[in-house]
Amino acid sequence: MTSAVTLAAEFSKPDVEYSLISPLLIVFGVACLGVLVEAFVARERRYLAQVVLGLVGVIGALVATIMVAANLAPQGDTAGRGEIAVEGAIAVDGPTVFLWGTILVLSLISVLLFAERHLEGGITAFAGQAAALPGTTAEREASTRGLEHTEVFPLMMFSIGGMLLFPAANDLITMFVALEILSLPLYLLCGLARRRRLLSQEAALKYFMLGAFSSGFFLYGIALTYGYAGSMNFGDIAEAITGRIGGQVLLLAGIGLIAVGLLFKVGAAPFHAWTPDVYQGAPTAVTAFMAACTKVAAFGALLRLFYVGFGAARWDWTPMIWVVAILTMLVGCLLAITQTDIKRMLAYSSIAHAGFILTGFVGLHQVDSFAGTQLSSVQAVLFYLVTYGFMTIGAFAVVTVVRDGSGETTHLARWAGLGKTSPLLAGVFAFFLLGMAGIPLTSGFTGKWAVFTSAVSGGAWPLVVVAVLLSVVAAFFYVRVIVLMFFSEPVGDGPTVTMPSVMTTVTITVGFAATVVLGVFPGPVLDLAANAGQFIR
Amino acid sequence: MSSFPWLTVAILLPIVGAAVVALLPKREPGAALPKQVALGFSLVTFVVVAIVGLSFDVGGPRYQFTETHEWIRAFGAFYAVGVDGIGLVLLLLTAVLSPVVILASWHDGDGGRWSVNAFFAWMLALEGLAIGVFAALDVFLFYVLFEATLIPIYFLIGGFGGPRRSYAAVKFLLFSLLGGLLMLASVVGLYVQSAKTPSGPTYLLTELSKIDISTDVGRWLFLGFFIAFAIKAPMVPVHTWLPDAADEASPGTSVLLVSILDKIGTFGMIRFCLQLFPEASKWATPVVLVLAVISVLYGAIAAIGQKSIPRLIAYTSVSHFGFIVLGIFVLNSYGQAGSMLYMFNHGLSTAALFLVTGFLISRRGSRFIPDFGGVEKVAPVLAGIFLVAGLSSLSLPGLSPFISEFLVLLGTFTHNFWYALFAVLGIVLAALYILLMYQRTMTGPTRPEVAGVKDLGLREVSALAPLLVLIVLLGFYPKPLTSIINPAVADTLQQVGVQDPKPAVPASASGEENAQ
Repeated sequence: MTSAVTLAAEFSKPDVEYSLISPLLIVFGVACLGVLVEAFVARERRYLAQVVLGLVGVIGALVATIMVAANLAPQGDTAGRGEIAVEGAIAVDGPTVFLWGTILVLSLISVLLFAERHLEGGITAFAGQAAALPGTTAEREASTRGLEHTEVFPLMMFSIGGMLLFPAANDLITMFVALEILSLPLYLLCGLARRRRLLSQEAALKYFMLGAFSSGFFLYGIALTYGYAGSMNFGDIAEAITGRIGGQVLLLAGIGLIAVGLLFKVGAAPFHAWTPDVYQGAPTAVTAFMAACTKVAAFGALLRLFYVGFGAARWDWTPMIWVVAILTMLVGCLLAITQTDIKRMLAYSSIAHAGFILTGFVGLHQVDSFAGTQLSSVQAVLFYLVTYGFMTIGAFAVVTVVRDGSGETTHLARWAGLGKTSPLLAGVFAFFLLGMAGIPLTSGFTGKWAVFTSAVSGGAWPLVVVAVLLSVVAAFFYVRVIVLMFFSEPVGDGPTVTMPSVMTTVTITVGFAATVVLGVFPGPVLDLAANAGQFIR
Repeated sequence: MSSFPWLTVAILLPIVGAAVVALLPKREPGAALPKQVALGFSLVTFVVVAIVGLSFDVGGPRYQFTETHEWIRAFGAFYAVGVDGIGLVLLLLTAVLSPVVILASWHDGDGGRWSVNAFFAWMLALEGLAIGVFAALDVFLFYVLFEATLIPIYFLIGGFGGPRRSYAAVKFLLFSLLGGLLMLASVVGLYVQSAKTPSGPTYLLTELSKIDISTDVGRWLFLGFFIAFAIKAPMVPVHTWLPDAADEASPGTSVLLVSILDKIGTFGMIRFCLQLFPEASKWATPVVLVLAVISVLYGAIAAIGQKSIPRLIAYTSVSHFGFIVLGIFVLNSYGQAGSMLYMFNHGLSTAALFLVTGFLISRRGSRFIPDFGGVEKVAPVLAGIFLVAGLSSLSLPGLSPFISEFLVLLGTFTHNFWYALFAVLGIVLAALYILLMYQRTMTGPTRPEVAGVKDLGLREVSALAPLLVLIVLLGFYPKPLTSIINPAVADTLQQVGVQDPKPAVPASASGEENAQ
């Protein structure tokens, strides 16, 4: 502390490794450009400009990520590769670039979903004028004039930027800033549905309130941890935990409170209550983006913080994560059975998946030196996140095209007989459901296998038995939807499948292809995840 | 024994056939083209499997026609296929039954929920996956295919069957998934065990059977596998899905389900439970044998009480699977050889029974026994085939199931008198349920509702003929099968580390002679 005071007098320029964090800079740059487009480009040209800008930005960041990944140098004699950048604030290592790549690819297909205009008759699925109250003349005027909010694209870009920063953050303050950057645009996006606006606004408010609440916990946890360790930096916290004796209460309270903030973001029970409401109310494109990318980013951050920062205190926090994992799987699987809305059901299913990922996370299995080909926990969780992301976006993309006169038909009963009217789409959706249920030859199976293995290797076999039994329960509600689609007669005017533009089609196709390929030949992606190695300090 | 990948071809042919049939243009219901294409593919597959069977070297290495390619390195999974005697017998069964079922189900896909293309495509897909299951020499590959077979059969039951088919299909799927996921836990556990060895993780069966698993771990892993196989087989008390499924499914689907897919359960017990966990298998023997005897008796008694014909046959299968499991777990060569033979013979006789009663049921429009009576007068050929199939199911001497049942009981007597005493009662009960069913449906005065029943046509007879020929032929001359099976039995028992008890009678070779 004293050195910091003396140094403050003479301000020295921080050392920023621009090339290492170029993906972040590109995404944030594009987001700012997007804001300028809103200000200076004519209304009718904004949509095209924003879509092109968004796609170019994400692809550019992807290319930059690949360049960064190719140049990662081994760090000392540890298993990790990469280096700590920006004065210790950001760690660019193997897992970071893997997560960056995952988030960017998933974002790319989400951008396509955002840009879909065909389904609403030449207009995006976002509110024409979000400020107009639902049911007023102002709203009607906005819709007759065909207004649309192209601001969703820069908002999305900011959110992606936050997601990239989140798992890369190497100190608690950076992590908190990233958390807020990724969350604030999402709160807004959730409230922007064109149809069912009250539901959407309710979702946004709920998400915001609970999100702000959990941020409070997170901040308090940061303060306590700082009080214990005397530093925000993960490496220093780890050293403090190994070196210091006493002050355990401060540390444990800090870990617990920070965990609340992070577990809220991944949607783990008992901090899951927002998930179904928000997933249901948000525009489906946003739900897809949020369900996939937020979870990837938040689990990345969770892994880094708990493995690197709190790694030495693992005997203190593993029991807590055990309980949370079991609770999450229970809540996700059991409550999903009672759902009657497809989006809510998928929300509970995503809670259940968070539980499965936590199972792998808690395995804490590091690669043994003598059997180099064995799976590690980090590798398993990273792989699961990839498989989960593609399935989720694909499934929600299918939800966007099943519609009737009042928009998307999300009530489960209305999906009856879909297999008769549109066998191809119903088949694809059934495949996604089978994937989520973990049937072999889909990516869901290989992902499940990976996390279960890492958990058993780490000695968490009771957790795996619970997970396996609950997987059967989960299979029940997935299969129920398949039964409904294929084995039930349509009730009245069944929903119709609106032919989407090529953009949504691409999203569904990519999700489907990834689910098949990762299910049959998961080798390359698993190797990539293995190559990512361990976190560095 | 060339390097040509015969087994891969046998796996892929039906799957390619399924894709072709599915992609054929949808025609009016009853179009013949998809059926002919499906039949063609299944016949070509039969030829391929027959080539494998004929060129199988009985005195040769244990696993033949092996192919091994690395599949997922991080999981230690290989694409490894090959057959030994057990696998080959079941491969042959699958390849024989598939064309028979397709021919017999010629019109069953017409009234389904989906097009007739889908019906035959699912059937072919199932055949390919089943062949893969029986040929897999890698635990991971086996597991993947084992679970994958659920999807075709699920859609076959749910799409083409009776009024409560979707309930039956879901019940079947959930039971199977429960078993499958418990097995997944054990499969994962195996990985962890194999990863501890210096050579790193592997799922190759030949490697896994060498590693040393501690007693406790071995028993837990055994349980995961065994429960899955017991559900599949099905054994009391996890059998309840089978009567429902068989009751609702079309006859062809029931044949595929009971004659082929359920064999995966008993096959898996021999291949994985005994070979990977010999210690645990011996440890579990008493409980398994008791459950097996209960299955024999409960299945038979329940069968006597059934009114619905497919349900009755399903319960007879529960009883028969009890015999098979009994033979496997008495852990001597009579029992083992008997069980393996039983799997094949039960496949034939149950298939014949399901198909011939299926013809009967579709003619009458009812599946309940009280709705029939005196059918033998209006449809003598049907009645005759029904009688032969029924007699083979009750193991009449001279028909093939007799030999296998005799061997199983011989093995059981060698193991323990009391198990055998109760199991023998199963034979008496079998005579009751089959003959009562025959008497109530076929004999007596012809009921007015069945007066218009036509006798079997050429297609139906030619579908059933191969089954009947095989049943009679193998009843008198089972040597082709036993010569394939016996080396596999010896290998399995050696793996488990048990030897046949020395017979009390001096003629030590007589048992082996009887087995042939």
